[in-house]
Amino acid sequence: MSSRLSKYVMWMVVAFAAFSRYGSAQDNVFTGTEKGVDRIRVAAADFKPLSPDSAALKTTFDSVLYADLAQAGIFDLVSKSLLPQLTPGAPSEMNVTQWSANPTNAAMVAFGSLGIKSGRLIVNGWLFDAKNTQYPQVLGKQYAEDANDNSARDIAHKFADEIILRLGGGIPGIAETKIVYVHGGSGSKEIWMMDYDGANPHPVTHLGTVSLSPRISPDNSRIAFSSLGREGFQIRVFSLLLNRMVAFPAAPGTNLSPAWSANGAQIAYSSSRSGDPEIWIADANGSGPRRVTSFRGPDVSPVWNPKTGSQIAWISGRTGLPQLYTMDADGAGVTRMTDGGYATSPSWSPNGQFLTFAWDRKYGPGAPGGQDIYVMEIASKRWIQLTHDTGRCDFPSWSPDGRHIVYASNSGGRWEIWTMLADGTQRHKLSTNGANDMPNWSWK
Amino acid sequence: MIDTKLTATGVRRNALMALALGAMVLSGCHKKASAPPPAPLPSTTATDSVPTATLTADPASIDLGQSAVLNWRTQGATTVSIDGIGNVNLNGTQTVTPSASTNFHLVAKNDAGGTTEANVRVTVRVPVAPTADTSNQGDMGSEAAFHQNVQDIFFGYDSYDLSSDAATSAQRAASYLAAHPAIKVVIGGYCDERGSAEYNLALGENRANAAKTALVGAGVSSNRLRVISYGKEKQFCTEQNESCYQQNRRAQFSLDR
Repeated sequence: MSSRLSKYVMWMVVAFAAFSRYGSAQDNVFTGTEKGVDRIRVAAADFKPLSPDSAALKTTFDSVLYADLAQAGIFDLVSKSLLPQLTPGAPSEMNVTQWSANPTNAAMVAFGSLGIKSGRLIVNGWLFDAKNTQYPQVLGKQYAEDANDNSARDIAHKFADEIILRLGGGIPGIAETKIVYVHGGSGSKEIWMMDYDGANPHPVTHLGTVSLSPRISPDNSRIAFSSLGREGFQIRVFSLLLNRMVAFPAAPGTNLSPAWSANGAQIAYSSSRSGDPEIWIADANGSGPRRVTSFRGPDVSPVWNPKTGSQIAWISGRTGLPQLYTMDADGAGVTRMTDGGYATSPSWSPNGQFLTFAWDRKYGPGAPGGQDIYVMEIASKRWIQLTHDTGRCDFPSWSPDGRHIVYASNSGGRWEIWTMLADGTQRHKLSTNGANDMPNWSWK
Repeated sequence: MIDTKLTATGVRRNALMALALGAMVLSGCHKKASAPPPAPLPSTTATDSVPTATLTADPASIDLGQSAVLNWRTQGATTVSIDGIGNVNLNGTQTVTPSASTNFHLVAKNDAGGTTEANVRVTVRVPVAPTADTSNQGDMGSEAAFHQNVQDIFFGYDSYDLSSDAATSAQRAASYLAAHPAIKVVIGGYCDERGSAEYNLALGENRANAAKTALVGAGVSSNRLRVISYGKEKQFCTEQNESCYQQNRRAQFSLDR
């Protein structure tokens, strides 16, 4: 893991150099996935079946691998109809010139074999450079897990992440990440979790009350959220390792919207124990709470800068309608970011440069506007609008690779979880059993 | 074809069929509404004096605004009706969107005068804002008197400022609370359903606190008052219009038991 980390750091430096050059050259906000950025043309071949009973698992594997690579935001995936009618199962069966020629025109080919042996699902996968006939192999992997549908999905996610890491500038893929969210309409609301592609949705809490604002900890061990008890909303923590609630000290007033710092050592949240909702920071187990803001008006929805850990963005109604602000983690340097409208629900990008949030720029009776997802570049305060005319949108959350945003939208009448690239393209729905709301993307 | 007895029913039925067929021809194929009723099933045994009927709903439990599908099957019946819908086919389905929990009651009759009934209940989960119950509570006085004298305070959009009405209302409430020193009050803060869940919880808190401040300013001791914000999580009404939004922008006073 440490060698992977240092390679990650090295590639981040390279990626930063590339991104910052583009950032100053372009006239608009550049998050790295827009059209015009060169996308690698990848062909994902159907894998060769090694045993006749593996057909169902192979179907799952092939479709999940294809979807993971297509969702990544950095590939131009060759459509299935343009692939040569071949299923090479090993390097000896692979002839790259067949894949680099028209109409396929691939730059890279992912292929391999899949079979079931003694109840184990065995997958061999390769990534070949289609333009390099002499030394084409970029990577070769073998996976073995119990033979069931979940393992087929799992292995496809792992293999896709290997390819994305290798070809995507050193930023790890997100195929194994999770999304926590709120499920339930009127009546009780519980915290649920699903895979990043919408698979395996399942409940996490069974508290029988209204639970909101789930935020998963950076080490994936706990989910902090806000839950309605007898005395009002309290910050509560669920341990995914112990599979039960763990202690967090109760406080008077309404306590909302917990946010983990990037090192997992602190939680920022909104608390009204002093009589007015303000931003407070406590240790991750709730001890040592201290107040950070002190202005009249609702202060809520804090989020840390994940890159530096020393800044917080949050929403404040101190001037009237809620606006987006940033400040240092000790409360100094308060800077207003939005110039009007109704702004809520910020999320800070992993590279520290952008905030995404929900904004209704024409809020109020007589001039009703729509609530959409926006991305703002913090240094310049320039922003772009990502969603248009797709119903009300709220609670955007960045993916850990900085290339995707998950959000909630009521387009079609029911609130569901949607995902898109950080430039607003490739939007699609992840959940179907609404009402679903307030998604939060895991850190890894 | 249906046996056309020379009875008023038979003639009427014939005329209706002709009209229906005519309508079908003129307007093209349509759903069952314009089709003639199907022939009654022949009795399976000579001793069937009572028809049979079953009525189901799927799902049996829905959220307000959702629909359920009623599904009924009868045997040996000639007419079938469902309360609230009217005469229906002998077998069929119907989508319903009740606004409250409803018992659907089906009656199937045959020509011999035999009748059978079938029931199914569709439960509608309606969002309920906490309301005080109507029982009498010794020391704290009656619920009715409380709500008459300690009235909810309403707010403008995105605001937790007290209007001048609210200030007067707070004075009246304070007098009543001074006269009933055993009463403790819980103040709920609410918001309309627009805007963001998190911000609305904070705003609801500010509304409830503003109401509490008004009471304290009018002389009520603050340790008799407890504040809890519900944001937009509990709604008093669900229509998407300004009058309903206004109903929801409130601080609600309740007896704190």
